[in-house]
Amino acid sequence: MTVGSMFENGVLTIYLDGELDHHAAKKAVAYIEEKIDTHLPPEIVLDMKSLSFMDSSGIAVVLKTYRRMKEISGKVRVENVNKQPRRVLDASGVERIIKVIALTKEA
Amino acid sequence: MTEINSIKMEFLSRSANEGFARTAMACFAAQLDPTLEELGDIKTAVSEAVTNSIVHAYPDTLGKITVRARLFDDNSMEIVVRDWGCGIEDIVRARAPMFTTGGDDRSGMGFTIMESFMDKLQVRSKPGRGTTVTMRKRILVRKSGK
Repeated sequence: MTVGSMFENGVLTIYLDGELDHHAAKKAVAYIEEKIDTHLPPEIVLDMKSLSFMDSSGIAVVLKTYRRMKEISGKVRVENVNKQPRRVLDASGVERIIKVIALTKEA
Repeated sequence: MTEINSIKMEFLSRSANEGFARTAMACFAAQLDPTLEELGDIKTAVSEAVTNSIVHAYPDTLGKITVRARLFDDNSMEIVVRDWGCGIEDIVRARAPMFTTGGDDRSGMGFTIMESFMDKLQVRSKPGRGTTVTMRKRILVRKSGK
Protein backbone atom coordinates (compact mmCIF):
# COMPACT_ATOMS: atom_id res chain seq x y z
CA MET A 1 0.00 0.00 0.00
CA THR A 2 1.03 3.63 -0.31
CA VAL A 3 0.40 6.43 2.18
CA GLY A 4 0.33 10.15 1.43
CA SER A 5 -0.68 13.29 3.29
CA MET A 6 -1.72 16.92 3.09
CA PHE A 7 -1.78 19.56 5.84
CA GLU A 8 -4.13 22.46 5.27
CA ASN A 9 -6.05 24.83 7.57
CA GLY A 10 -5.24 22.80 10.65
CA VAL A 11 -6.45 19.54 9.14
CA LEU A 12 -3.99 16.73 8.47
CA THR A 13 -5.37 14.42 5.80
CA ILE A 14 -3.82 10.97 5.45
CA TYR A 15 -4.47 9.19 2.14
CA LEU A 16 -4.49 5.40 2.42
CA ASP A 17 -4.13 3.66 -0.92
CA GLY A 18 -4.28 -0.09 -1.60
CA GLU A 19 -4.64 -2.88 0.97
CA LEU A 20 -4.20 -2.24 4.70
CA ASP A 21 -3.28 -5.47 6.45
CA HIS A 22 -0.77 -6.45 9.14
CA HIS A 23 2.02 -6.38 6.54
CA ALA A 24 1.25 -2.76 5.61
CA ALA A 25 0.14 -1.51 9.04
CA LYS A 26 3.59 -0.93 10.54
CA LYS A 27 4.64 1.40 7.75
CA ALA A 28 1.30 3.22 7.83
CA VAL A 29 1.44 3.78 11.60
CA ALA A 30 5.04 5.04 11.45
CA TYR A 31 4.08 7.46 8.66
CA ILE A 32 0.96 8.76 10.45
CA GLU A 33 2.76 9.24 13.78
CA GLU A 34 5.58 11.11 12.09
CA LYS A 35 3.12 13.46 10.36
CA ILE A 36 1.21 14.06 13.60
CA ASP A 37 4.45 14.86 15.42
CA THR A 38 5.48 17.28 12.66
CA HIS A 39 2.20 19.22 12.39
CA LEU A 40 0.53 18.63 15.78
CA PRO A 41 -2.83 19.07 13.96
CA PRO A 42 -6.09 19.93 15.75
CA GLU A 43 -7.81 17.47 13.43
CA ILE A 44 -6.85 14.41 11.38
CA VAL A 45 -8.77 12.80 8.54
CA LEU A 46 -8.02 9.24 7.45
CA ASP A 47 -9.11 9.29 3.80
CA MET A 48 -9.95 5.73 2.66
CA LYS A 49 -11.18 6.57 -0.82
CA SER A 50 -8.47 4.48 -2.48
CA LEU A 51 -8.38 1.77 0.18
CA SER A 52 -9.65 -1.41 -1.47
CA PHE A 53 -9.12 -3.78 1.46
CA MET A 54 -8.67 -3.60 5.21
CA ASP A 55 -8.68 -6.20 7.99
CA SER A 56 -8.48 -5.88 11.79
CA SER A 57 -4.91 -4.59 11.48
CA GLY A 58 -6.51 -1.48 9.99
CA ILE A 59 -8.67 -1.08 13.09
CA ALA A 60 -5.50 -1.09 15.18
CA VAL A 61 -4.12 1.67 12.92
CA VAL A 62 -7.28 3.75 13.41
CA LEU A 63 -7.21 3.21 17.19
CA LYS A 64 -3.51 4.08 17.42
CA THR A 65 -4.16 7.29 15.51
CA TYR A 66 -7.05 8.04 17.86
CA ARG A 67 -4.90 7.55 20.97
CA ARG A 68 -2.07 9.70 19.60
CA MET A 69 -4.52 12.48 18.68
CA LYS A 70 -6.13 12.28 22.12
CA GLU A 71 -2.74 13.07 23.66
CA ILE A 72 -2.71 16.37 21.78
CA SER A 73 -6.48 16.91 22.24
CA GLY A 74 -7.12 16.54 18.50
CA LYS A 75 -10.07 15.08 16.62
CA VAL A 76 -10.16 12.07 14.27
CA ARG A 77 -12.44 11.37 11.32
CA VAL A 78 -12.47 8.46 8.89
CA GLU A 79 -13.78 9.43 5.45
CA ASN A 80 -14.70 8.00 2.04
CA VAL A 81 -14.88 4.42 3.26
CA ASN A 82 -15.52 1.71 0.65
CA LYS A 83 -17.80 -1.28 1.26
CA GLN A 84 -15.33 -3.90 2.48
CA PRO A 85 -13.43 -1.62 4.92
CA ARG A 86 -16.83 -0.34 6.04
CA ARG A 87 -17.94 -3.86 7.03
CA VAL A 88 -14.74 -4.32 9.05
CA LEU A 89 -15.16 -0.96 10.80
CA ASP A 90 -18.81 -1.82 11.54
CA ALA A 91 -17.86 -5.18 13.07
CA SER A 92 -15.25 -3.52 15.27
CA GLY A 93 -17.62 -1.00 16.87
CA VAL A 94 -14.98 1.70 16.38
CA GLU A 95 -17.75 4.14 15.37
CA ARG A 96 -18.69 4.51 19.01
CA ILE A 97 -15.62 6.72 19.44
CA ILE A 98 -14.65 7.84 15.94
CA LYS A 99 -16.75 9.48 13.23
CA VAL A 100 -16.85 7.30 10.11
CA ILE A 101 -18.20 8.61 6.81
CA ALA A 102 -18.89 6.19 3.96
CA LEU A 103 -17.91 6.89 0.38
CA THR A 104 -20.97 8.41 -1.28
CA LYS A 105 -20.43 6.72 -4.62
CA GLU A 106 -19.14 3.30 -3.70
CA ALA A 107 -16.97 1.52 -6.20
CA MET B 1 -23.03 -32.78 0.45
CA THR B 2 -20.33 -33.76 -2.02
CA GLU B 3 -16.95 -32.19 -2.52
CA ILE B 4 -16.53 -30.77 -6.01
CA ASN B 5 -13.07 -29.24 -5.84
CA SER B 6 -10.16 -28.70 -3.44
CA ILE B 7 -6.80 -27.00 -3.18
CA LYS B 8 -3.97 -26.89 -0.67
CA MET B 9 -1.21 -24.36 -0.36
CA GLU B 10 1.75 -24.07 1.95
CA PHE B 11 3.87 -21.02 2.67
CA LEU B 12 6.22 -19.48 5.21
CA SER B 13 4.95 -17.20 7.99
CA ARG B 14 6.15 -14.03 6.27
CA SER B 15 3.74 -11.10 6.44
CA ALA B 16 4.08 -10.54 2.69
CA ASN B 17 2.16 -13.82 2.25
CA GLU B 18 -1.00 -12.43 3.91
CA GLY B 19 -2.03 -10.73 0.69
CA PHE B 20 -1.14 -13.79 -1.36
CA ALA B 21 -3.23 -16.14 0.83
CA ARG B 22 -6.42 -14.06 0.83
CA THR B 23 -6.20 -13.27 -2.89
CA ALA B 24 -5.61 -16.93 -3.79
CA MET B 25 -8.61 -17.98 -1.68
CA ALA B 26 -10.81 -15.33 -3.29
CA CYS B 27 -9.77 -16.59 -6.74
CA PHE B 28 -10.65 -20.17 -5.79
CA ALA B 29 -13.98 -19.10 -4.24
CA ALA B 30 -14.88 -17.34 -7.50
CA GLN B 31 -15.95 -20.76 -8.86
CA LEU B 32 -19.04 -20.53 -6.62
CA ASP B 33 -20.05 -17.24 -8.27
CA PRO B 34 -20.06 -15.13 -5.09
CA THR B 35 -21.04 -11.47 -4.88
CA LEU B 36 -18.30 -8.88 -4.31
CA GLU B 37 -19.45 -8.65 -0.71
CA GLU B 38 -19.18 -12.43 -0.15
CA LEU B 39 -15.75 -12.38 -1.78
CA GLY B 40 -14.72 -9.54 0.53
CA ASP B 41 -15.92 -11.52 3.55
CA ILE B 42 -13.82 -14.55 2.55
CA LYS B 43 -10.75 -12.40 1.88
CA THR B 44 -11.12 -10.70 5.26
CA ALA B 45 -11.59 -13.93 7.22
CA VAL B 46 -8.59 -15.61 5.54
CA SER B 47 -6.49 -12.51 6.18
CA GLU B 48 -7.38 -12.62 9.89
CA ALA B 49 -6.63 -16.34 10.28
CA VAL B 50 -3.32 -16.20 8.42
CA THR B 51 -2.25 -13.03 10.26
CA ASN B 52 -2.96 -14.78 13.58
CA SER B 53 -0.58 -17.59 12.61
CA ILE B 54 2.10 -15.16 11.46
CA VAL B 55 1.85 -12.83 14.49
CA HIS B 56 0.96 -15.18 17.33
CA ALA B 57 1.92 -18.75 16.34
CA TYR B 58 5.42 -17.89 15.18
CA PRO B 59 6.29 -14.65 17.03
CA ASP B 60 10.07 -15.00 16.77
CA THR B 61 10.51 -17.76 14.23
CA LEU B 62 9.62 -18.52 10.65
CA GLY B 63 7.24 -21.45 10.37
CA LYS B 64 5.00 -23.34 8.02
CA ILE B 65 1.36 -22.39 7.39
CA THR B 66 -1.04 -24.41 5.25
CA VAL B 67 -4.37 -23.25 3.86
CA ARG B 68 -6.72 -25.89 2.47
CA ALA B 69 -10.01 -25.11 0.80
CA ARG B 70 -12.84 -27.31 -0.39
CA LEU B 71 -15.90 -26.46 -2.44
CA PHE B 72 -19.11 -28.44 -2.04
CA ASP B 73 -22.12 -29.02 -4.27
CA ASP B 74 -24.41 -27.07 -1.91
CA ASN B 75 -22.42 -23.99 -2.97
CA SER B 76 -20.48 -23.82 0.28
CA MET B 77 -16.78 -23.43 0.95
CA GLU B 78 -14.63 -24.73 3.77
CA ILE B 79 -11.28 -23.11 4.56
CA VAL B 80 -8.78 -24.63 6.97
CA VAL B 81 -5.81 -22.55 8.13
CA ARG B 82 -3.23 -24.52 10.06
CA ASP B 83 0.05 -23.76 11.76
CA TRP B 84 2.50 -25.70 13.92
CA GLY B 85 3.35 -22.79 16.19
CA CYS B 86 3.00 -22.05 19.88
CA GLY B 87 -0.74 -22.70 20.12
CA ILE B 88 -3.45 -20.94 22.10
CA GLU B 89 -3.59 -21.34 25.89
CA ASP B 90 -7.22 -20.28 26.36
CA ILE B 91 -9.34 -20.40 23.19
CA VAL B 92 -12.49 -18.92 24.79
CA ARG B 93 -10.50 -15.90 25.91
CA ALA B 94 -8.70 -15.57 22.57
CA ARG B 95 -12.05 -15.50 20.74
CA ALA B 96 -13.49 -12.75 22.95
CA PRO B 97 -13.75 -9.34 21.25
CA MET B 98 -10.94 -6.89 22.07
CA PHE B 99 -8.79 -9.56 23.70
CA THR B 100 -5.24 -9.68 22.39
CA THR B 101 -1.78 -10.64 23.55
CA GLY B 102 -0.35 -8.45 20.78
CA GLY B 103 -0.38 -5.07 22.53
CA ASP B 104 -1.69 -1.96 20.78
CA ASP B 105 -0.40 -3.12 17.38
CA ARG B 106 -3.34 -5.53 17.34
CA SER B 107 -7.04 -4.77 17.76
CA GLY B 108 -8.14 -8.09 19.25
CA MET B 109 -10.93 -8.28 16.67
CA GLY B 110 -9.58 -11.08 14.46
CA PHE B 111 -11.77 -13.96 15.66
CA THR B 112 -14.79 -11.66 16.01
CA ILE B 113 -14.47 -10.70 12.35
CA MET B 114 -13.99 -14.33 11.25
CA GLU B 115 -17.11 -15.25 13.22
CA SER B 116 -19.28 -12.49 11.81
CA PHE B 117 -18.08 -12.76 8.19
CA MET B 118 -18.29 -16.56 7.94
CA ASP B 119 -21.17 -18.91 8.80
CA LYS B 120 -19.15 -21.19 11.03
CA LEU B 121 -15.83 -20.96 12.86
CA GLN B 122 -14.05 -23.73 14.72
CA VAL B 123 -10.73 -23.27 16.52
CA ARG B 124 -8.66 -26.20 17.72
CA SER B 125 -5.33 -25.66 19.42
CA LYS B 126 -2.77 -27.31 21.65
CA PRO B 127 -0.13 -25.20 23.38
CA GLY B 128 3.23 -25.99 21.82
CA ARG B 129 1.66 -27.99 18.98
CA GLY B 130 -0.18 -25.51 16.81
CA THR B 131 -3.60 -24.22 15.82
CA THR B 132 -6.20 -25.23 13.26
CA VAL B 133 -8.92 -22.76 12.26
CA THR B 134 -11.80 -24.17 10.21
CA MET B 135 -14.26 -21.78 8.58
CA ARG B 136 -17.32 -22.41 6.46
CA LYS B 137 -19.40 -20.15 4.30
CA ARG B 138 -22.34 -20.81 2.06
CA ILE B 139 -22.47 -18.71 -1.08
CA LEU B 140 -26.01 -17.74 -2.04
CA VAL B 141 -27.07 -19.13 -5.38
CA ARG B 142 -28.32 -16.28 -7.53
CA LYS B 143 -30.78 -16.62 -10.32
CA SER B 144 -29.12 -16.93 -13.70
CA GLY B 145 -29.43 -14.25 -16.32
CA LYS B 146 -28.00 -11.56 -14.11
